[in-house]
Amino acid sequence: MVSVGIDIGSTATKAVVFDGMVRGRAVVPTGWEPREAGLRAFREALSSAGLREESVSRVVGTGYGRVSLPFSDQRVTEISCHARGAWYLNPDTRAVIDIGGQDSKVILVSDDGSVSDFIMNDKCAAGTGRFLQVMAGILDLTLDELGSLAASSEPVPLTSMCTVFAESEIIGLLAQGTPKGAIAAGIIDAIARRMEGLVGRLEAHEGITFTGGLATNGSISGVIARRLGLSLHVPEDPQIVGALGAALIGCNA
Amino acid sequence: MIHSETFAEIATLKERNLIALKEAREAGRHAVGTYCLFSPTELILAAGAIPVSLCGTSQKPIPAAEKVLPRNLCPLIKSSYGFAVTDTCPYFHFADFLLAETTCDGKKKMYELLGELKPIHVMQLPQIQDEAALDYWLMEIGRLKTRLEREFGVRITDKALTEAIRLMNEERRSLQALQDVCKAIPSPISGLDLLTVLHNRGFSVDRRAAIELVDRFAAELRQMAAAGISPFTESTPRILLTGVPVGVGSEKLIRIIEESGASVVCLESCGAYKKVEQVREGGDPLRAIAERYLKVPCSCMSPNTGRLELVERLTREFRVDGVVDLTWLGCHTYAVESSVLKKHLQQRTGLPFLQIETDYSESDTGQLKVRVEAFLEIVHRSMKRTA
Ligand code: SF4
Ligand code: SF4
Repeated sequence: MVSVGIDIGSTATKAVVFDGMVRGRAVVPTGWEPREAGLRAFREALSSAGLREESVSRVVGTGYGRVSLPFSDQRVTEISCHARGAWYLNPDTRAVIDIGGQDSKVILVSDDGSVSDFIMNDKCAAGTGRFLQVMAGILDLTLDELGSLAASSEPVPLTSMCTVFAESEIIGLLAQGTPKGAIAAGIIDAIARRMEGLVGRLEAHEGITFTGGLATNGSISGVIARRLGLSLHVPEDPQIVGALGAALIGCNA
Repeated sequence: MIHSETFAEIATLKERNLIALKEAREAGRHAVGTYCLFSPTELILAAGAIPVSLCGTSQKPIPAAEKVLPRNLCPLIKSSYGFAVTDTCPYFHFADFLLAETTCDGKKKMYELLGELKPIHVMQLPQIQDEAALDYWLMEIGRLKTRLEREFGVRITDKALTEAIRLMNEERRSLQALQDVCKAIPSPISGLDLLTVLHNRGFSVDRRAAIELVDRFAAELRQMAAAGISPFTESTPRILLTGVPVGVGSEKLIRIIEESGASVVCLESCGAYKKVEQVREGGDPLRAIAERYLKVPCSCMSPNTGRLELVERLTREFRVDGVVDLTWLGCHTYAVESSVLKKHLQQRTGLPFLQIETDYSESDTGQLKVRVEAFLEIVHRSMKRTA
């Protein structure tokens, strides 16, 4: 049985084709049309698997755009999908940290891969991928550069977690001549502190898998893990974990 | 929405009662506005005055309130104040004076500002529910009695108090009977419609008529339940909502829960199940009133073990599958208490538990939906396990 999971996130749309193993995958930017992005990811993933639409028996949609996907057979929240995907890739997973574009979450996973509890950041962008992107933009760095600079520097403490205030704080630090590396480390520190709060509230400390777009950035995930003082398992392809989970739920694997 | 003439009658009570209130005021009767469950309605009734609930559950007047109040304050307080300053709550408009209690910090300071708009009587509420506190609270109730007698030039007799207790107990009985209908599986009424009834009947001037109306509606619902008529099925997850007060205009979360496929069968909040506890009849009426009102399991009490017990009991009585705890942004007492409640329920019931922090605005509806849906995915699985 061929099952396709489509995860329409705020920045990227991911699709995974599964039939007992991962057959194909695709990642496309979501852009302004989540529906179009979903369709495109679906087709690209199928062609990478060398399959035709007729052979697909089930499509499961997840992510914030899941409601706009017209051809899905089932919709499941990204919380359940991330848990399922991460647990499939590493059955020791008991918690998932997912830093997404708009929100970050910590999910507790039972020993059957289902969600037992979860927590999400509140309304504001603090501690999300968006926060990191804005801050990197001010420093005129790519995310990779930000990560490698941060890895080799001592952090300057940032007092503000709010994107707007942190922005002016960073501009102030630059004006005082603070090195970019220290600021970069400070930014990642701020995210790690935020995550530490969420992780602590759910008392997650072992078998933690790190998923989501940010985890693809090796240097950033390394710094976050170090600051959290936890060993994080980063799957090979962390961005597609949600889509994989959706596909797995679709074929009940 | 439920198809019932009685429901339609209750849903329009708020508007129709306004006319009744206006006429009563013109005929020389007095009205006292209240905000909180700690307000002893019996004393107002025994003074021959009309107790009226004041508005505070809509987003509309919040921008006006934020000209004075801090933005990061609880929306319930901002809304209440906003209605008052913009003179858009007709009940506020017709009230002779306001009756308030020192509950949470935000409310208590807001009452000082309200005092500039209208005469206000603030009762000093103790924060613990022991014997010494009861003596003190009894004294405060005595002070309220004196104030009412002076304002309205009446004497509040024990006989009038006893009658008022009886009437209010009748009302509490009818409110409980209404809510207990939702113990049926499936419940014959949605949580959203139940809230509409609970909210609107609170604005009635003629209490006896409102009791009859609620009784009639509850009887209709019982018939529907017996006939198996319901917007839900037997396998619809049953949710208990606890936490801060909700009303028409601040029902966003209930709507999201029910749109996501669950049924809100019990509201453990101020206008709902927190309200149904009776006043002891017989003995000193003032003392009996003091006892009952001090027992309100509000988070401004410390400790507030009564709420833990009440919620736990209701999860069993209503056979719920999950508990959602609502806290308004800026409400510290309920927010802090949430982790205590979660722990208590996890030990005693093992039920899935979700805390939601939000305000009256619609800006986070998308996010809330994800949380609620993910929570219901957990609930569904735990239902399967126990089935
Ligand atoms: S929650 Fe507490 S303070 Fe608020 S209305 Fe209810 S009893 Fe009063
Ligand atoms: S919800 Fe909380 S902050 Fe708001 S009035 Fe009630 S107790 Fe106070």
